[in-house]
Amino acid sequence: MRVYAELAQEGNLTHLALVTTTDTMQIALEAKNLVKQYPEVLAVDDVSFAVQEGICFGLLGPNGAGKTTTVEIMEGVTPATRGEIWYYGTPAGKRFREEAGIQFQNTALQDYITVQETLQMFQSLYDRRADLNHIIEQCSLGALLDRDNRKLSGGQRQRLLLGVALVNRPRLVFLDEPTTGLDPQARRNFWDLVKNIRDEGTTVILTTHYMEEAEILCDEIAIMEAGKIIIQGRPNDLLHQHYKNVIIELPIAEFSGDLSSLEHRVLETQGVIEIETNNVNDTLRELASLTSGLNRMKIRQPNLEDLFLDLTGHSLRT
Amino acid sequence: MLKRIYAIFRARNLEFVRDRGSMSWNLILPVALMFGLSFIFSNERAEYTVGVLNADTSAVEHPFLDTRYIEFVAIDDRDDAVRKVARHQLDLLIDLGAQNQYWINPDSPKGYFVEFALLQSDEGIGGTISRSQIEGDAVRYVDWVLPGILGMNMMFSSLFGVGYVVVRYRKNGFLKRLRATPLRAFEFVAAQVASRLVLIFTFTTFVFVGTKYFLDTRVDGSYGLLLIILLLGAITLVSLGLLISARVTSEELAGGLLNLVTWPMMMLSGVWFSLEAASDWVRQLAAIFPLTHILNSARAVMLDGAGLIDILPELTTLAAMSVVFLTLGAVTFRWHPR
Repeated sequence: MRVYAELAQEGNLTHLALVTTTDTMQIALEAKNLVKQYPEVLAVDDVSFAVQEGICFGLLGPNGAGKTTTVEIMEGVTPATRGEIWYYGTPAGKRFREEAGIQFQNTALQDYITVQETLQMFQSLYDRRADLNHIIEQCSLGALLDRDNRKLSGGQRQRLLLGVALVNRPRLVFLDEPTTGLDPQARRNFWDLVKNIRDEGTTVILTTHYMEEAEILCDEIAIMEAGKIIIQGRPNDLLHQHYKNVIIELPIAEFSGDLSSLEHRVLETQGVIEIETNNVNDTLRELASLTSGLNRMKIRQPNLEDLFLDLTGHSLRT
Repeated sequence: MLKRIYAIFRARNLEFVRDRGSMSWNLILPVALMFGLSFIFSNERAEYTVGVLNADTSAVEHPFLDTRYIEFVAIDDRDDAVRKVARHQLDLLIDLGAQNQYWINPDSPKGYFVEFALLQSDEGIGGTISRSQIEGDAVRYVDWVLPGILGMNMMFSSLFGVGYVVVRYRKNGFLKRLRATPLRAFEFVAAQVASRLVLIFTFTTFVFVGTKYFLDTRVDGSYGLLLIILLLGAITLVSLGLLISARVTSEELAGGLLNLVTWPMMMLSGVWFSLEAASDWVRQLAAIFPLTHILNSARAVMLDGAGLIDILPELTTLAAMSVVFLTLGAVTFRWHPR
């Protein structure tokens, strides 16, 4: 058994929470030394990781990091140049295909087919079957059942694709950038759906370049960069390991003095100065003499975006 | 397995049937062509046409050959020419060699006048030519062209309706999504073939029955044989469509490749006109196209009343082509772009 000390924020109170996990949890899926070599690019470079049953595992990284290729190798739709995928202790094969649900980043559905017919068609391809009524309710598709696939909005379409990924009552679901292109409200609704799926015991493997999404949904993450995993662990653990400080943000236009006089780590990104400090009161006093005002100031905890920036020197969105 | 094939089959059928534009076009094109051609070629051909056997080797220049307003055509294949006399496609056939004989269909009005002219001319050189009588109903152009139009429609429906759609599915990621299910390539291909077969059978039957009813098109042979030709021909063409689309990921390239195959078939397989007068190499080239064998066998059954034995070589060729196309298509099939 492992014990994690985890900081949790509730209102203005910060407290320690003890989180326990057990090593006896099953490994649902394991990537072993995956390599994908395209003629001109090494997309995946010796990637290995394991995903425990029942968690939401996030594979993060900027566009082109190799997330989608890694996940497609795991899904069995792209062959690896080298390496293996194991599913519940055996090489992934027929059983995996029957028990896995997949939502690709870009999937077209058949034209002129309704939402209900789409769900029924995909369900007929599996021996394992979920209760379609439950999926329809879970994904809020009830009002859309007779609608042609072509007439769905972005959010409705993503909900349908998630529903399609669930028609076989999967033990493991892959969600590849499922909220890309959705408006904020639709994205938040989708997060609720993913949480429900995980809470029902389904293992979720999520790829995203939205750090907020990963922090909210993922129990464990791996960050990829240039085809490699550069860090892996529980989001809070990783942040606690790397940061003891908070970050003060202030627009650069507010500064009138010399920033080099600050004895803190200072970073400028997109017109905003970020100052890392472990003593907010003292730093604010210092800043007061260097700025025209602190009205536009923000104080925040470091997040995964900061972690990625520190590890790679560039932003996740680039 | 059957459950998965049926699921894909049903979804594809629904997609096609609800696409009103595509469905209407599959019906309107052949019907419009048949009725249009029937109207355009409703008048009998104006000229008199006489086939001449042994025209080159004839020692005597028969005065009949100088008759005005008659087109004389040199003939090599006597049996074929006799069949044309029976169908009223030739008004008379004359052999000026040692046989000194002619063939006439007494039911042909134009044959009657041509025969009259021949006998007048022949009397001038001794009147020794002998008469053979052939019987048979006239084959109109619409009778001859009906298999061509149905075959052409079948060809476009099979090649574009399957090949183009598979490429579109591959390009937009639908095939990749199916790949992530337990569905196997064979099951997907089988569903596509079955779906297209049903649609082709339905549309072809509709047009066939319609033209039979309204234009009284000719069918001398067995309907059962025509059904076999229809199904085997459709399987061959659908298989060709699957082969062409097995790896292609661009709709533009697929369109180009499909046109590259369909246009030569349109021109050389005998859709609109007979290749009998074409040179040998053209006829040999035409033999590589499945549509040529479909049309040859269908015309043999419909116009000549041919039986299974007569068209067995054509059916065997189609079956062999199907096996080759399907095998190559399955081996080279790719679910999604690399």
